Amino acid sequence: MTRTAHVHRDLGLTDDEFQAICGRIGREPTYTELAMFSVMWSEHCSYKSSRVHLKSLPTEGDRILVGPGEGAGIIEVADGVAVAWKIESHNHPSFVEPFNGAATGVGGIVRDILSMGARPIALMDPLRFGPLDDARTRYVVDGVVHGISSYGNSIGVPTVGGETVFEECYAENPLVNVACLGVVDTKLMHGRAEVPGQIAILFGSSTGRDGIGGASVLASAEFDEDSLDKRPSVQVGDPFSEKLLIECSLELIKRDLIASFQDLGAGGISCPTSEMTAKGGTGIRIDLGNVHRRETSMEPFEVMISESQERMLAVVEPERVDEVLEVCAKWGLEAHALGDITKTGRVEVLDGSRVVADVPSLALAEEGPVYERAIERPRWIADINAAPSGDQAPEHYGRTFLTMMASPQIASKRWVWEQYDHMIFLGTVIGPGGDAAVIRLPGTETAVAISTDGPGRLCMLNPYEGARHAVAEAARNVATVGARPTAITNCLNFGSPERGEVMWQFSEVVRGIGDACRALGTPVTGGNVSFYNETNGRPIYPTPVIGMLGILGEPAAAVGVGFRDEGDAILLLGATNLGDFGGSEYGKIVNDAVGGVPPRLDMDSERALHEVLIGGAGEGLFNSAHDLSGGGLAVALAECAFASRRGFSVQVGGTEPHRALYSESPSRAVVSCAQGLVDEVLALAGSHSVAAEVIGAVGGDLCDFSVFALGLEEARSVWEGGLSDHLSATMGRDGD
Amino acid sequence: MTARVGIVVFPGSNCELDCQRSFDRLGARTEFVWHDDRALPDVDIVVLPGGFAHGDYLRTGALARFSPIMHAVAEHAAAGKLLIGICNGFQVLCEAGLLPGALRKNEGLKFLCKWTELSVEVPGTPYTARAERGQVLRVPINHFEGNWYADPDTLERMRAHDQIVLRYVKNPNGSLDGVAGISNETGNVLGLMPHPERACESLLGSEDGAVIFGSMLDHVAHLRATPAPV
Repeated sequence: MTRTAHVHRDLGLTDDEFQAICGRIGREPTYTELAMFSVMWSEHCSYKSSRVHLKSLPTEGDRILVGPGEGAGIIEVADGVAVAWKIESHNHPSFVEPFNGAATGVGGIVRDILSMGARPIALMDPLRFGPLDDARTRYVVDGVVHGISSYGNSIGVPTVGGETVFEECYAENPLVNVACLGVVDTKLMHGRAEVPGQIAILFGSSTGRDGIGGASVLASAEFDEDSLDKRPSVQVGDPFSEKLLIECSLELIKRDLIASFQDLGAGGISCPTSEMTAKGGTGIRIDLGNVHRRETSMEPFEVMISESQERMLAVVEPERVDEVLEVCAKWGLEAHALGDITKTGRVEVLDGSRVVADVPSLALAEEGPVYERAIERPRWIADINAAPSGDQAPEHYGRTFLTMMASPQIASKRWVWEQYDHMIFLGTVIGPGGDAAVIRLPGTETAVAISTDGPGRLCMLNPYEGARHAVAEAARNVATVGARPTAITNCLNFGSPERGEVMWQFSEVVRGIGDACRALGTPVTGGNVSFYNETNGRPIYPTPVIGMLGILGEPAAAVGVGFRDEGDAILLLGATNLGDFGGSEYGKIVNDAVGGVPPRLDMDSERALHEVLIGGAGEGLFNSAHDLSGGGLAVALAECAFASRRGFSVQVGGTEPHRALYSESPSRAVVSCAQGLVDEVLALAGSHSVAAEVIGAVGGDLCDFSVFALGLEEARSVWEGGLSDHLSATMGRDGD
Repeated sequence: MTARVGIVVFPGSNCELDCQRSFDRLGARTEFVWHDDRALPDVDIVVLPGGFAHGDYLRTGALARFSPIMHAVAEHAAAGKLLIGICNGFQVLCEAGLLPGALRKNEGLKFLCKWTELSVEVPGTPYTARAERGQVLRVPINHFEGNWYADPDTLERMRAHDQIVLRYVKNPNGSLDGVAGISNETGNVLGLMPHPERACESLLGSEDGAVIFGSMLDHVAHLRATPAPV
């Protein structure tokens, strides 16, 4: 055996991949080269299992300036105003070390946005955990939220929304996804080194041993009992450096001092050196002696793949080097010329006079393996689709309603979002707790609405249909505030791609997303795939998290969730199917059942509903609007009431009223309007063939569903305490 | 003539753009002042904005007080001119000894970003001239270390000198005596944890922050009209 042959497996490369590397470079790789290949060819960086499926997604549209493949998708939202929108995962690091894992997840996505020349202006955090009765889960929840709060707040980017979901399948594999919105500041940047002779400058934090193999060891393998030993593979974040990196980078772009740049994320220095030159048709020659370090005696391979945070690589004209270094010094950031862009098409790495790596850029960045993994439809699908959905009537209507409102899944997420600065930049027109966040873009009167959704339970029951629901609900959220759904980013969280059933789920989900996006006219601008989300052989539910972006011309036209005026009419828009309980919150919370099939979703009806919501908002017809999702009509009405502390009374009929109350038929919303505008709203709905009926009125201090009624404040306090009671009490008892 | 406002930017400040926007909307002329400078430009008002100056390492505000600009800031205050520290800026002013007391971690040991109601305890100051006594202002907080404390003698002296300018209607963080904002003895320096710059526009939920900023601009305009010592 050779020196390197026995280590490639430790680095996460298969024997076949090792042979492919030898074939491509015509010899056995050096240790440093092998380390570089191991990160660049990792699942996380190369998308080797997902690529064949992802290419079926629609990625083009009139407003899409940059699609998948760069730091972030770019969408033109108004004349001369472009935004960057991207979602990423930091699942594994957040389980191993919740605080730093989540914090560096924020840091990573922010640098992706920054790498496009955009100022990061909003974050969203879709989070998924196990049930809160487990002490380690409570520790993970507290650590993750604290990590996001600590990092996001310090760098001064508001966290304006997200989701917090609790489900058994995430107990030992929480999902920590982070989406970031940015607005292109001076000009759009590209991570492309096109001119030989230009100089590569590394700036930002120093390089240490933290995060060695984060992409390959952590993100591209499943977990077992020994996973907590992987803690040294988790990076440690410094938000102060990130804040300086943001301001310094934007100043460098504004002063037109740099030709191109890219952030250092997964894969460390290996990543931008190979990707920027592969895209630009150039090469690069760097000297590791120029890398500023926080530790002594690091091996060349460690320097090349360290995932130390808060670093960027800029490519600049030689005569600009001094100015660039000056700007970095002003912001207190260390910066050094790392090497030169060459014509060779190769990444040449020197350690002093010794060449430690010399391989083609393309081989590293673009010629990784592509797998057509085996696909196998699991047999248990038929069983679970035939299993009860838990739609039987409750024993007691009032108590059941309170049980629903108190469940952490439905309860107020205030405990989470009050820890996030959600107001900085004076753009948060609608913040956390709404259907979608509405963000006014700095210096403009244009707003965008953003929302994330990922119905894992529905995707488990039927990945294709579940994925369509994910896209439709994210779009509905955006339309509910009055914005037109425009583009998505997606974070696809799955188990191991080496299992046929996971790849079946993956291919079905991608097919569902593609069909839904085509139907709704919302192309995919990019995203992230996170495989290997399983522990001890138990995969998570297939969980595609869709980040939808919509455009709202006039920020003041945004419609909020809360009822506004006493006496307003309450209307239900869209048709209810009384049997839609498959994978429902009611089934799970009340009857402890997860089964059946997802509700039928018709995209024409969905689009029609959006037209009514957008049209009504634009004409100022609605005083409130809220889409119906988990928990159906009952939960939606309660949330409208709680948001503004105004009661309501509605007529809910039928021989089994719980069906009208809790069914989760899609393509529905509740709106309220002045009594004098009811006819206009009905006419608007009629013109789009959307069912609409007046079901009651705003007013009083009750949640009055006619079959039962509860005091508004009693119900509200149960809902407010549902999450915080678990977490606040726990933290007091268990300490940190 | 419009009031000139200098907004000090420390590495790690993050509310400087918001302060600029809100003062600009009220008709002031704003400019940024880098922490490493030694002199202030010709300004009527100095703002120390919120954020995490110098990463809040060691202790909030503990390093920022050593930034070179702070000598000039202290001289500006000593000359009787207006100096406001918002959130992290308040923490810096306490560390620098320009305001009494100190800011500890919130009672609940959590970061808190939420709307609060403030009661104007002392009207007629350069910061509250547009308000009545007891008027309630709706202004958000956004901090981990906003739990103000001073020893009993200091608190007693401050009450006697009308230095407790703003109190929370409902104390969110355990702050002694419900303190949200305090002034120095001469009343020209104000520190407060809530963010008035976030409450200057009804679209964002409140215009009450403009009561504070507007009072400051009125004060400057008044001084211009009657150039006499404060």
